[in-house]
Amino acid sequence: MFLYTVRRILIMLPTLLVISFATFMIIRLPQGDYLTNEITELQAQGESGAIAKAEFLRHEFGLDRPTAVQYAMWLGVWPGPQGLSGLLQGNLGWSFEFNRPVTAVVGGQIGLSLALNLAVVLFTWIVAFPIGVYSATRQYSLGDYGFTFLGYVGLATPNFLLALVMLFLFNRWFGLSIGGLMDPRYMDAALSYGKAVSIAEHMIIPVFIIGTSGTAAMIRRLRANLLDELQKQYVTTARAKGLPSLRLLIKYPVRMALNPFVADIGHMLPHIISGSVIVSSVLSLPTVGPVLLHALQSQDQYLAGSLLMFLAVLTVIGTLISDLLLAVLDPRIRLRAGAAR
Amino acid sequence: MSGEGLGGGTLTGAGAGAGAGAGDPPLSHWVSRDPFNPAEAERMSPAQERFYQASQWQMMWWKFRRHRVALAAAALLGLFYASILISEFLAPYALTTRDPSHIYAPPQRVHFVQDGRLIGPFVYGEHYHLDIVRLQRIYTPDKTKIERIRFFCHGDPYLFWGLVPADRHLFCPARGGTLYLLGTDRLGRDMLSRILYGTRISLTVGLVGIAISFFLGILLGGISGYYGGWIDTVIQRLIEMMRSFPELPLWMALSAALPITWSPILVYFGITLILGMLDWPGLARAVRSKLLALREEDFCTAARLMGAKPSRIIARHLLPSFTSHIIASATLSIPSMILGETALSFLGLGLRPPITSWGVLLNEAQNINVVALYPWLMTPVIPVFLVVLAFNFLGDGLRDAADPYE
Repeated sequence: MFLYTVRRILIMLPTLLVISFATFMIIRLPQGDYLTNEITELQAQGESGAIAKAEFLRHEFGLDRPTAVQYAMWLGVWPGPQGLSGLLQGNLGWSFEFNRPVTAVVGGQIGLSLALNLAVVLFTWIVAFPIGVYSATRQYSLGDYGFTFLGYVGLATPNFLLALVMLFLFNRWFGLSIGGLMDPRYMDAALSYGKAVSIAEHMIIPVFIIGTSGTAAMIRRLRANLLDELQKQYVTTARAKGLPSLRLLIKYPVRMALNPFVADIGHMLPHIISGSVIVSSVLSLPTVGPVLLHALQSQDQYLAGSLLMFLAVLTVIGTLISDLLLAVLDPRIRLRAGAAR
Repeated sequence: MSGEGLGGGTLTGAGAGAGAGAGDPPLSHWVSRDPFNPAEAERMSPAQERFYQASQWQMMWWKFRRHRVALAAAALLGLFYASILISEFLAPYALTTRDPSHIYAPPQRVHFVQDGRLIGPFVYGEHYHLDIVRLQRIYTPDKTKIERIRFFCHGDPYLFWGLVPADRHLFCPARGGTLYLLGTDRLGRDMLSRILYGTRISLTVGLVGIAISFFLGILLGGISGYYGGWIDTVIQRLIEMMRSFPELPLWMALSAALPITWSPILVYFGITLILGMLDWPGLARAVRSKLLALREEDFCTAARLMGAKPSRIIARHLLPSFTSHIIASATLSIPSMILGETALSFLGLGLRPPITSWGVLLNEAQNINVVALYPWLMTPVIPVFLVVLAFNFLGDGLRDAADPYE
């Protein structure tokens, strides 16, 4: 198990490296950069003092160097004006637009993003599991049809449209806005019990919106897997031996159908994170989504790059966790991985 | 098998007696004099014969036909796609027609009867006044003004397909009247007409995108599956990496990278290219796994032993066996492209006006004010929902039908 974990983490590193490179190249695709644009604008207004400052910043953050050097500096493997200081050293770079370090701009949002995505994953598990098991064991019952129909609707409704419609309905029915992630009075307050409760309350609807399509997909998958298992002979044998049906169900077929379920969480994660980005923009939640959108539009390259990287790392680590869980759950996987070496 | 087969079975063993010569002693039991055909048991009824001789595609169609929901979905999509051929004719107004006196007008209801008298489809004219306290435009139907809807009428002039000038519409407002069945937007443009025009863009984005992704997926998946070895490993790693990246932020970053100076048409192609370029991994993976499985099948070995060249094996034996699967999975990934375009345009990173798509229309329904005051601006949600749902049902039906021999 230990070897498997090490191996799995070693595979993760080159993946992250490639992703970081691709991310940076994409960010650098548009013509020019934030500071060049600003300098042009300042020149038009004839403000020489501000120009000098922008020029200084341009040099300070290596925007006057080739893209490859910029990438290496951002990653932290090439010395910039302040020595090695990049992602590897835990420095996310400088946001030109906000004139503050990226960490200061999105510090709070990163925590909330993590909390939101974690909550969605938990929601997906907690809701999909019992419904999936129910649908499979009571195949073609009224409940099964109901959930299947809901599943289709959930799958087909894009989550940002769902967010819009919910926004509308909540406004119409209850006269309240569901945007934001906490009561305005906690906005700048330190984390307290009251604030945590407020955040949790405001999170229910976004989590529901983001989680719906993933949950629907999971239910369908679990139902199909479990149906396959239930037809196998060992189930008949166990039944014939007189095992209580609930104990039988949980001990054998559910255990078997659980593997794809756990593996799916890893595949679902990019989807969930995508969803959280766009839903956050619609509901103006203080997560990294809206900041990323804005940074991309204004070519604030280190802010955008570091946020994209954060989302990618989140996905890769999530996949890692689901793989490790899978290995814990299923000895065949870790043994095969060990034998292949 | 069937009843007639059993009849042949009872005669077995008695055949020798039927052809017995004069010298043999007569048999103690009755023997039929009818000629005996041992193949009788295998003879099939015409219906069975039709079934066994049907081509693969014929059987797929039979199987697909049984999936009622998928059939309905296909019909609905057919209607949608047919409508994009004649969008200009179907829309009561032209794309750019603005009505400054009807800004944010709510949808008008179609009536048939006035005071117990059947008039035919008509709408009431609207009385407009500005609520000066709340600064809100208020439109009230004026029951005295009856505006009958005209059919096959001359209305706003347009260029059919951007080429042929015409002004014929399926239906248009009464002369001097208005007909805003889904209300108007902030410039007084008819929502229904804009949705109809938007259909053209939104539905073709998916098709162009899927064509690109289809090509890349089959090419790379085919190479990966057929050659194996290190090429396979490299492509598999690439696919894994692309799949582990959240797609929406990636789309956002790429479409933000499209130059501002591009014309809307170029941006349209840029967006479809982005959607297609990032969608192929799923398809490539499907192609590869199917190829790997089929390569080991008996009919493939047989072809190889008969001396068929790899190109013939791929083209004649492998390709036909998995095209159906690939079409099914492509159908399932079209909606994600349509949604991708809608999401990007909604965020303002995708298509830009004057190009009109459902996402561009929804872009205006982004904030709580619109949602609360002018909910009809959210109507483009409905076609998006219908099309995506229909594609999902159709894809499921196709996937079930793809393996007709099961």
